[in-house]
Amino acid sequence: MGDLLAIENLKTYFDTEEGTVKAVDGVSLRVKQGQTVCIVGESGCGKSITAMSVMGLVEGPAGKVVGGRIEFDGQDLLPLSRHELRTIRGNDIAMIFQEPMSSLNPVLTIGEQMTEPLIEHLKMSRKAARARAIELIGQVGISRAEQIADSYPHELSGGMLQRIMIAIAISCGPKLLIADEPTTALDVTIQAQILDLLRQFKAESNMSILLITHDLGVVAEMADYVIVMYAGKVVEEGEVVELFANPKHPYTQGLLKSKPVINQRQNELYSIPGQVPNPLELTESCYFHDRCAHCMDICRTREPRLKNVTDESKVACWLYEEAVVHG
Amino acid sequence: MSSMNAELSVNKQASPVPVKSSLWKLSVRRLLKNKLAISGLIVVVFMFALCFIGPLFSPYTDNKIHMAMMNKAPSLKHWLGTDALGRDVLTRLMQAGRISLTVGLASMLLSLFIGLLLGAIAGYYRGIVDQVIMRVADLLLTIPGLPLLFIFGALLSEWKVPTDYRMYMVMLMLSMINWPGLARMVRGQMLSLREREFMQAAVVLGLRDRRKLFNHLLPNLVPLLIVIATLNIGGAILSESVLSFFGLGVMPPTATWGNMIDAANNMIDFQERPWLWVPPGLSIFATVIAINLFGDGLRDVLDPKQKR
Amino acid sequence: MSTYLAKRLVYMVIILFAASLLIFCLYALTPGDFISGNIKLTPERKAELREIYGLNKPVLERYAVWMKNAFHGDLGFSLSQQKPVLTLFNQYIWNSFLLAVVSTFFTWLIAVIIGVIAAYKQYSWFDTLVMVAIFAAMSLPSFFIGLFLIKILAVDWKWLPPGGMLTTGSNATGLAYVKEVVHHMTLPVIVMTLLGVGSLTRYFRSNMIDVIKQDYIRTARAKGMKERKVLFTHALRNALLPAITLVGFELPALFGGSLIIEQIFNWPGIGQLYMQSFSLRDYPLLMGFTMLIAVLTVIGTLISDILYRVADPRVRL
Repeated sequence: MGDLLAIENLKTYFDTEEGTVKAVDGVSLRVKQGQTVCIVGESGCGKSITAMSVMGLVEGPAGKVVGGRIEFDGQDLLPLSRHELRTIRGNDIAMIFQEPMSSLNPVLTIGEQMTEPLIEHLKMSRKAARARAIELIGQVGISRAEQIADSYPHELSGGMLQRIMIAIAISCGPKLLIADEPTTALDVTIQAQILDLLRQFKAESNMSILLITHDLGVVAEMADYVIVMYAGKVVEEGEVVELFANPKHPYTQGLLKSKPVINQRQNELYSIPGQVPNPLELTESCYFHDRCAHCMDICRTREPRLKNVTDESKVACWLYEEAVVHG
Repeated sequence: MSSMNAELSVNKQASPVPVKSSLWKLSVRRLLKNKLAISGLIVVVFMFALCFIGPLFSPYTDNKIHMAMMNKAPSLKHWLGTDALGRDVLTRLMQAGRISLTVGLASMLLSLFIGLLLGAIAGYYRGIVDQVIMRVADLLLTIPGLPLLFIFGALLSEWKVPTDYRMYMVMLMLSMINWPGLARMVRGQMLSLREREFMQAAVVLGLRDRRKLFNHLLPNLVPLLIVIATLNIGGAILSESVLSFFGLGVMPPTATWGNMIDAANNMIDFQERPWLWVPPGLSIFATVIAINLFGDGLRDVLDPKQKR
Repeated sequence: MSTYLAKRLVYMVIILFAASLLIFCLYALTPGDFISGNIKLTPERKAELREIYGLNKPVLERYAVWMKNAFHGDLGFSLSQQKPVLTLFNQYIWNSFLLAVVSTFFTWLIAVIIGVIAAYKQYSWFDTLVMVAIFAAMSLPSFFIGLFLIKILAVDWKWLPPGGMLTTGSNATGLAYVKEVVHHMTLPVIVMTLLGVGSLTRYFRSNMIDVIKQDYIRTARAKGMKERKVLFTHALRNALLPAITLVGFELPALFGGSLIIEQIFNWPGIGQLYMQSFSLRDYPLLMGFTMLIAVLTVIGTLISDILYRVADPRVRL
């Protein structure tokens, strides 16, 4: 199977008053057809910006994709005109967001917001679009679809709104669904329902999912392949089972250690010491070095490259560079 | 504005001088980057210099009547011509500017003082004091401002207030109209500040009322006040000019930009001698727009969250 | 809502009572009256007239009489025009309304369009230009810009009439009448629009800037909506919502006329009526006008408050 989405060396920078923030700095990743890829990392590591770059929704003029390639279905997205990009957005690539409560327009009815992409991309008539919208509302497991279509977002709960967002996202039959922290703002029980819904639609349509989350529980449940990001860079990636069983990068190890384990009472939950570095003060180094228990001299002065350590996983860490460790 | 204020106050307690000064330095640096605000500032400084220093270089400051030089069009000798009494218009314009700018500045200070005092008291003590002050403010805000100013102006004329003192009365009148709005704003800010953590800390520490009010609450209002004060000067200059134009503010022979435009009420001056009334109008316009641009720049820097 | 409304109404009435007393006393304090200003009358006649109009009674008694009549829908009798004040208001107020409603329409139209575009292109040269224009409009001395435009457009270039509502001595009817009024009101409408458009454009611009940052705008873009649709359907509707409250604040301006503009353009509106009566000290008229504005202000504030509660989508749509 070929790659549906291939990002090569993506660089998205933001100009701020204090200097340039390299929010995404040389990220490469691939999503195969029918695959679910998770990007994991702390807030501010650039995972959302990566997704927004794919959608062409990085907020200018401060933010800009300054380099790299984003290839979707064999087509490079970056040189596309705004109009061409728009015909792909919401159609071939759809997206759902973290805050369902604020992601829907408060002054338009659910129905109006659902029919828009159907009319825009699938050229449906208003009437057909409404019928389809009501059908979709039923498909995402909400009863009284007619009534819901005529209500306003503030009349529904967060879980219901996220279902509506999913309904909007899948309405045009996308090849890729980007989900940016889709369950973070929801109650735990609702979280599971939303994830089930995503899995169900994926199975039905063979679409790919690029899931962005900081919740390792969600990763374990959904992912085929995991990408760990730290300070704008990919530090480790691999098949989900491999990554959970044998995390290589000290940061990944830390993340997994700080996750509570069911049925196992710990006196103190592990937390990675220190804080994410200030993106303005980064110099050539491993950006994780001052939080790392295995920090070596080279970590402070040179940046490790992302390299294969096994067939299924890559890591960017000096600990795994033969030449350094043994040389 | 809230987050920045909290920062300012909290930092001040930790290490008083350096942090505070760096915050101000940062503000100045950001202000310097705002081209519109800086051009505004330059124009304001220029207008002040023109009005307060300019007359010193003018050979026509005697204010005497020169029959031979009546109503002359602008020339090299009289850049902006002369008026019906043969006085140099440019010199009068500069002298008028002194009054207009002073009235604007002084009435702003006065209304700010009243508004701040009453607003802070109302917001701090609440209860009955608050009720009384705010109801009076409501009352004054209900009565339309311009008719109120006209009544005051008519009173001044009838009481035969000497023209020299009218200027001070005008300042007083303008402050009477302006303070209720200011008091309301200050009170609102006080109410929200009172509820904030650092203020509750002050209560826990058992600080006295006066100390709480002056050392902890008021400093947090400073950025907002600077911005409002700046923008209010422009408004006061405009109001003064309206009053003086209608002959109810400062009266001749004391010139202000407003009463100089009064020349336009004379049909011939209006049609044939624009140099009498256009320059003062443009001076008001230039000064007020410059003050507003500068004030808006200040708002961006000192009070970034409040946009209106 | 209904107890809130009742409370508000009671407070409104109290404030208006206090305002009327204050206004009455202020006008009573204002020296001179219509009769003493009239040099044609003999002292005896003046005293007689004062007696008739009740001007020699104490202020509070006069106030009580005035208030009583006001409740019966009688604002008194204009001394200079020899007509009931209400009749005069009814005669002049619609001229003011015409001017105000047309300029308000243009002000809002221009402010919305420019505000939306400037917000969309925030920090562009167009936006900077708009910001400078906004501040220029907000800094205009109203009487000066009126005079200035009359001088240029009416006196020098003779494009438009300098003032009035009809050409002197004109007895045009029908379409010709309408044309003449339109011709005469163009200049005052331009000036009033200029004076109002600055702050309103600024309001819409900053509202739009806030709205554009909202998550649902991102969602609309993510759905692949056309940018025009994102701006004018998704964003503008949200930016207009809080502006509904401004409608109430426009009320005094709509019916209260504009003292300065009507005076400068010699427009036969209620504002000019006030200005003329002021120098004549025609107290019943002055009092009536000031109270009218006060009432409009209070009602306007109430309407704004109610609209705000109604317009908030979380309350009801």
